[in-house]
Amino acid sequence: MTDTPLLSVRDLVVQFPTRKGVLTAVDGVSFDIKRGEVLGVVGESGAGKSMTGAAIIGLIEPPGRIASGQVLLDGERIDNLSVSQMRRVRGKKVGMVFQDPLTSLNPLYTVAQQLVETVRTHLPLSEKQAREHALALLDEVGIPAAKRRMDDYPHQFSGGMRQRVVIALALAAEPELVIADEPTTALDVSVQAQIIDVLKRLCSERGAAVMLITHDMGVIAETADRVAVMYAGRVAEIGPVRDVVQHAKHPYTQGLMGSIPTLAHDSDRLVQIHGSMPRLTDIPPGCAFNPRCAHAFDRCRQDRPSPIQTGERAVACWLADQEVGQ
Amino acid sequence: MSAPSDTDVLVRVEGLTRVFDLSKPWLNRVIEREPKRTLTAVDDVSFEIRKGETFALVGESGSGKSTIAKLIVNLLAPSGGRVLFDGDDMRKATSANARQMRSRFQMIFQDPFASLNPRWRVGDIIAEPIRAFDLASDKASAAKRVGELLETVGLAASDAAKFPHEFSGGQRQRVAIARALSAKPEFIVCDEPTSALDVSVQAQILNLMRDLQDEFGLTYLFISHDLSVVRHMATRIGVLYLGRLVEVSEGKALFQNPQHPYTSMLLDAVPDLDMTGRARTQVVGEIPNPIDPPSGCRFHPRCPLANARCMQDSPMLQPTAIGESACFAVEEGRREVPNTSTAGAK
Repeated sequence: MTDTPLLSVRDLVVQFPTRKGVLTAVDGVSFDIKRGEVLGVVGESGAGKSMTGAAIIGLIEPPGRIASGQVLLDGERIDNLSVSQMRRVRGKKVGMVFQDPLTSLNPLYTVAQQLVETVRTHLPLSEKQAREHALALLDEVGIPAAKRRMDDYPHQFSGGMRQRVVIALALAAEPELVIADEPTTALDVSVQAQIIDVLKRLCSERGAAVMLITHDMGVIAETADRVAVMYAGRVAEIGPVRDVVQHAKHPYTQGLMGSIPTLAHDSDRLVQIHGSMPRLTDIPPGCAFNPRCAHAFDRCRQDRPSPIQTGERAVACWLADQEVGQ
Repeated sequence: MSAPSDTDVLVRVEGLTRVFDLSKPWLNRVIEREPKRTLTAVDDVSFEIRKGETFALVGESGSGKSTIAKLIVNLLAPSGGRVLFDGDDMRKATSANARQMRSRFQMIFQDPFASLNPRWRVGDIIAEPIRAFDLASDKASAAKRVGELLETVGLAASDAAKFPHEFSGGQRQRVAIARALSAKPEFIVCDEPTSALDVSVQAQILNLMRDLQDEFGLTYLFISHDLSVVRHMATRIGVLYLGRLVEVSEGKALFQNPQHPYTSMLLDAVPDLDMTGRARTQVVGEIPNPIDPPSGCRFHPRCPLANARCMQDSPMLQPTAIGESACFAVEEGRREVPNTSTAGAK
């Protein structure tokens, strides 16, 4: 494994001009994903996690745009490619799995037709070879009797099976990076566990990197190697999943972890973070979390903390800065 | 577990069944020679909810959780069985009686964006039950009560003049809770009250619901698909699978010692936040189509313990150490030998 990360996001800023002024949905986000690694991106609604994913594959709807920063895939910039160049990267090098499997499949084409089309767009295969490739993919994602079912239409599959088809589509051209945006949110827990298994197994077998976007800390804990916690368009904390889940350093991550009821231990009351995430129109100056933070002091209200690296993790909090200073 | 006396029981559900008719129109059926098609969403479900407890119903999509909620509050008519509220059957009550009973229970819905009228001010939304049940002598006292309710749920009395769109999801759910409380109910049916909310907001709402329960002595029927939320809230838990109750057990004990194989499977599927690396059985298969459910025990195609009897007969709820469970494997003591091979399902 080389030292260059497969995906490198540097100070990414995504902005939307509106009548009320420019809104910054993603504000200076940086992270790396290595080959074969699963990076979880977690946060509450409006934290900018999906927007970060969309920015990486160039799917931001105008008038939104990447205002500054870089996205490097395998050392090469992909944030400034033309539409046609980007189309070749999307699907071929970067696969995408969306939340709702019904809307990501075309209802008018059979599963086989959609897979064959995707395969042939990216790989130099004949119709027949592409069909065999598609069948192998469906087998791999665990669709029972794939040979018989591949000529069915999406509506003939259940939710979990449809999501498997979507994963097969994302993997069709053997991408190096898969971005999965809430892949299990629309599914029941028992099906969710199966889909997580498929995603994990396929990526480790193929050595693909995965960016897993979800609001569910449990899914991250099961799946990811490292996790980035986002708040108000910024990365609050990033590090190995075990460290972040069990010894969170950022007050927001600590609150987030405490607010999740768990199966393992009893607590009469859940930790609650007062208030809610600020709207994009009124993000406070300094640290975006300061009005809700129990430890906030003057500096937090004035200066914005940048991520402070200690070992494998980085925490954007002035408290962590003090710790390092001492 | 001692059987509760009748005075402890607030809601008793007996043999509740609801069948939905999914048939095509009569003429199409005649022309296409198709039979009638029905879906049994709730199939002979019986349980009781005791005063002051939180009874939770869990299950995956299509297990009939929400249908049971609607049947209990009488938003749907049952196809069979009955619901007794404090000993009275609401469907048999005279209209004056029914109205009086109606004020004793309320409902909180899943989506606070859909359950509040966008054209009404929050004050009017909360005052509606007060008006409907004549709980205030005049407008001023109704407004005063609305202000108190808003403060009870953690909002400001001045918020009464705002419209729902001015609030975030969590705040809207607080408004929905205030509306439910305004009729001074004893019993609140909560249908997935936090599943549309972010976790930090969910924690606020769950804490609020517990505080209110202590303050007003409320009884909750809590419906959720999220097992960790259910564990946090529930005194007793009923597990539903394809419209049937497969297990009813004491809350905490269910998580330590699940009896029914489906309950174990559900628990195993929950992502493990503590990363203990516990051994888990692989989840197999999906919920079958409820229009054409399997014979016998409806879980048998996915069950690692299923045998010939499970395919033919349907098990009834039988007492266990921590409650009741409808499973032949538990009854016959086959449960003790966990069969690791994942037999059967596709």
